[in-house]
Amino acid sequence: MKEKVNELKKEALEKIEKVTNLKEINELKVEYLGKKGLVSELSTYLKDLDLNEKREFGMILNNLKTDLNNAIDSKIEYFEEQELNQKLANEEIDITLPSTKILVGSPNILEKVVEDVEEVFMAMGYDVVDGPEVEEDHFNFELLNIPKGHPARDAQDTFYLKGDEILLRSQTSPVQARTMLAAGGDKPIRMICPGKTYRRDADDATHSHQFMQIEGLLVDKKVSLADLKGTFEVVAKQLFGESCETRLRPSYYQFTEPSVEMDISCFACKGKGCNICKHTGWITVSGAGIVHPNVLRNCGYDPEVWTGFAFGFGADRIAMLKYGINDIRTFYQTDLREVDNFDRLEAEN
Amino acid sequence: MISLNWVKDYVDIENEDLHKLAVKITEAGINVENVIDKRIKNLVIGKVVECLEHPNSDHLHICKVDIGQNIIQIVCGAPNVRKDLKVLVALPGAVLPENMEIKAGKIRGEESNGMLCALFELGLEEKTEENYNKGIHEVPDNIEVGSDANDYLGTNDVLYDLDIHKHRNNDCYYHIGFAYEIACILNKKVTLPNLDHKEIKDDVNDFVSLRVETDKCPYYVAKMVRNVHIKESPDFIKQRLLACGMRPINNVVDISNYVMLEFGQPLHFFDKDRLGEKIVVRNAKDNEEIVTLDGNLRTLSNKDIVITDGEKPVCIAGVMGGENTDVIDSTKDILIESAIFDAVSIRNTAQKLNLKSEASIRYGKGLSYEYTNFAIERACALLERYADAEVLSGKVIYDNIDKQEKIVTFKTEDINTILGINLSDTDIKTELARLDFEFQEEKDSFKVTIPSRRLDIDANVNDIAEEIGRLYGYQNLVSTLPFLLTRRGKYIGDVKIRKDITKRLRVLGLNECKTYTLTSPEMAKLFKYENRENLVLPNPMSVDKSVIRTTILPSLLNVYDYNKARHVKDILIYEIAKTYDQDYKEESKVAILMKGNYIINEWQKTLVKVDFYLLKGIIENLLEYLGFKNRYTFVKEEIDSLHPGVSAGIYLDRKKIGIIGRIHPSIKKDDIYVAELSMQALFESQIKPIKYKEANKYPEIVKDVAFIVDNNIDSETIKNTICSCGKRILDSVEVFDLYPNISEGKKSIAYKLTFKDPTRTLEEAEVMEVFNTIIAKVTANHNAILRDK
Repeated sequence: MKEKVNELKKEALEKIEKVTNLKEINELKVEYLGKKGLVSELSTYLKDLDLNEKREFGMILNNLKTDLNNAIDSKIEYFEEQELNQKLANEEIDITLPSTKILVGSPNILEKVVEDVEEVFMAMGYDVVDGPEVEEDHFNFELLNIPKGHPARDAQDTFYLKGDEILLRSQTSPVQARTMLAAGGDKPIRMICPGKTYRRDADDATHSHQFMQIEGLLVDKKVSLADLKGTFEVVAKQLFGESCETRLRPSYYQFTEPSVEMDISCFACKGKGCNICKHTGWITVSGAGIVHPNVLRNCGYDPEVWTGFAFGFGADRIAMLKYGINDIRTFYQTDLREVDNFDRLEAEN
Repeated sequence: MISLNWVKDYVDIENEDLHKLAVKITEAGINVENVIDKRIKNLVIGKVVECLEHPNSDHLHICKVDIGQNIIQIVCGAPNVRKDLKVLVALPGAVLPENMEIKAGKIRGEESNGMLCALFELGLEEKTEENYNKGIHEVPDNIEVGSDANDYLGTNDVLYDLDIHKHRNNDCYYHIGFAYEIACILNKKVTLPNLDHKEIKDDVNDFVSLRVETDKCPYYVAKMVRNVHIKESPDFIKQRLLACGMRPINNVVDISNYVMLEFGQPLHFFDKDRLGEKIVVRNAKDNEEIVTLDGNLRTLSNKDIVITDGEKPVCIAGVMGGENTDVIDSTKDILIESAIFDAVSIRNTAQKLNLKSEASIRYGKGLSYEYTNFAIERACALLERYADAEVLSGKVIYDNIDKQEKIVTFKTEDINTILGINLSDTDIKTELARLDFEFQEEKDSFKVTIPSRRLDIDANVNDIAEEIGRLYGYQNLVSTLPFLLTRRGKYIGDVKIRKDITKRLRVLGLNECKTYTLTSPEMAKLFKYENRENLVLPNPMSVDKSVIRTTILPSLLNVYDYNKARHVKDILIYEIAKTYDQDYKEESKVAILMKGNYIINEWQKTLVKVDFYLLKGIIENLLEYLGFKNRYTFVKEEIDSLHPGVSAGIYLDRKKIGIIGRIHPSIKKDDIYVAELSMQALFESQIKPIKYKEANKYPEIVKDVAFIVDNNIDSETIKNTICSCGKRILDSVEVFDLYPNISEGKKSIAYKLTFKDPTRTLEEAEVMEVFNTIIAKVTANHNAILRDK
């Protein structure tokens, strides 16, 4: 009997060794270990043996079963792994093929500048306020110390809509006036008001009948020109980098007194002189000043108690300088081939 | 343009570096744009001491020229060169106009160390054949050999080209005013010119009478001179006028211009004989005519001011004189007018007649009456000296001007607070003295009288602070910050929702546009889906920007066209902007335009094409982001400019807030989808706070059902019927299959119904009961046939 078992085992192990695929090994498994397999067949001899022989032969058979099972399972494992490897190899892709495009839209370039400026000022406690573009003369001029017949009105060349009462705002300053009036003359104010403005300029590379201003206002007690200078330094460094230098020059506006122009050192040549700064090393980016007492008074604030500063940036101008754009019409045409560059975070300054 | 030679008459700048001075002036607020040095270097007076013919030429001469320190040889081709002639010598290193640099060299073999010059070669005369034939300039014998020729030629001037802020261009546009500016910067004093002249016994009041009949002429002064002798002006007048860009004409005309550039007060000279004995200043009559001294007939209106002789106009006040009374060669007696007119009126008249002149610009800025008087006296003095005039005594005067002095009382502390600096009382006194502002010290404050020449300064402390601040120098301010707030700024009003919408739409792949508020009447006719009439500009610059838009969509169509023309295929854009109607009613809107593909992978053939449902999805995404889940509906509607079968109204809480659809093929053949929402409506709708909702713990039961219905029955209608019988266990209804035209006029539509109860496991039987009710209701209500379940 033992010989028979040994013979079967030897034959089986030889066959197992020779199989070449999963199908054959599974067939072998059935042939030897299946319900009607060769090993089961051998166990039919058990019933004719006595108890001792039964025990001994039973053990031999069990060992045979285990050995064949192990041999077959390891073979199966081997083929399965081989098959998986084959499958993985077949599934390999060219990862350099182009992606499926998930589009993200780009901001309008001016809006991007506005958002950057808003970020700086909101961090300093300034609110962002909006106001009407179709505006009353009263808010656009009268309250801002620009009475009827004043030369500043000639120069501004305003789009009047009805007589000289209703107009397309020529500046965002009326929002400042409205904000002061709404605050009722007894609360400090910090606000900026970015928005569209309109003047009768013929459109060309450097002029636009519609443009974006970002004006701001701070009203409080004991506000000085030195405070304005310090605020401007902070803003300029945020927008144009830590190396940005600033200076104030005397200027004139109806609604501020004293008035200044605020310059930044040229970021292109770092002050050495180039075409962008017209060889002066400086670029004017803002007009500003201490709010004129008449404006405070007109808008319900007692100039004996309150002072303030106001400033204005041209978003178009800042965008043109910052991104090297030569034609102001760029902002209003939206050439989609140009704007996708702007759908990203800005480099740290 | 300011001549520094001229300014020297009033303030001492002899030892100043004029380039450095220009920087100081600019820092103090008057922008010197350009410093123009008229001096030609290495140009001296010489004397020809020997003149021989050139051996190798038939017209050149070899000259020995004494230039003071030494004698040099110069070859010269001018026909008038001769021994003992005094000449202009350009030495090597001199740069003549057109960048011609003089160098030493040889001419036909003979050494030549400079050039003898004609005036046209120095840019002082026109280059005409006549001037060419005159040859070199012959210098009068009294001019010293070896001296700088610029002094003789009057080219020793330096000019400042100013860019003056509007408020300072009444006092910095004339030389005395500018001298005051320099004086305060350099801390020096101004000397006014000599106004002295003799006067004869005759009084002007016996020869002319004055009546002012308009309130637009608050101040009018006239004096008279006799027996003027019209001739060429003296050199200094001619040179100074030329430097300032005015052409010299004759001594009389030149003197009126000279005084204007000196004191800022324009004068008008009438030929007294032709004027007669009356001056009446009044408003012009409508359609009144006058021939101005340029020979043109001008038609006036009652908004203009005229000077008349009692009957006819003789001058358009402040703008231009009449031909009938102007100074001509035969003029003997002159009536000099020095007056102040209403600035706004002069500006309007000059603009209307297109007659902007040095005079009208100055009248248009406003004048100081003190200078009106200085100027007329100065004119008399100059006419006496340079035109042999006899000045009559007295003056004709109309005086209704406000002489109220501008007085400011302030404390040192006020200035320090405004500027953020720390000046002492002594510093303030020094600064006021520099400014030449009269002041008195009272207890603890200063009382300052603003000089009348400074029309730009108002009587308040801020204006004084500005004057002191600009002299102090803003570069010397130490920066501070307003005290810090612990509070971050907020978006006020609808700004926040605008930012939220913008950010969401960008993330959804849409590009932000900014287009013009003003549009053309054609564009304004499109998308009239609301009852809003357009606001039309009464004075547009051009037709294409003559209407204020009520909708942004036409502008987005422009952007679409612009990009399509540049071969951009996928155009996904939006804009948020304010719109206005005829009644000035504002409405902020969000507009979207989409065309092309939304998600693209060409090589995998994965394309999500833009269609109605994609745009609908974007709107839903936006509305749900804003917190309006389950509160909006799309209702099929015909909408102007949209495809009648592919358009809908968008409703929020049953209120219409916008539109969506495909652009009507008659407007654009391309498959373009647009939507527009009222941002106002979104802003005004309240939303609820976010709440946590636990996921369902009990199993769901899903049932599918398909119906065959008429093509024209909306899926939403059937869904509503399904929902109406879903009791509380029907959780959701989704369309998952659609076969249009499955048979004649019919479609098949399949729904997936999900039943669940958050509190328990549902029984199959109870679900079936509801499900069957639903099927019965749909088949009954919508003439539907159950296709499959």
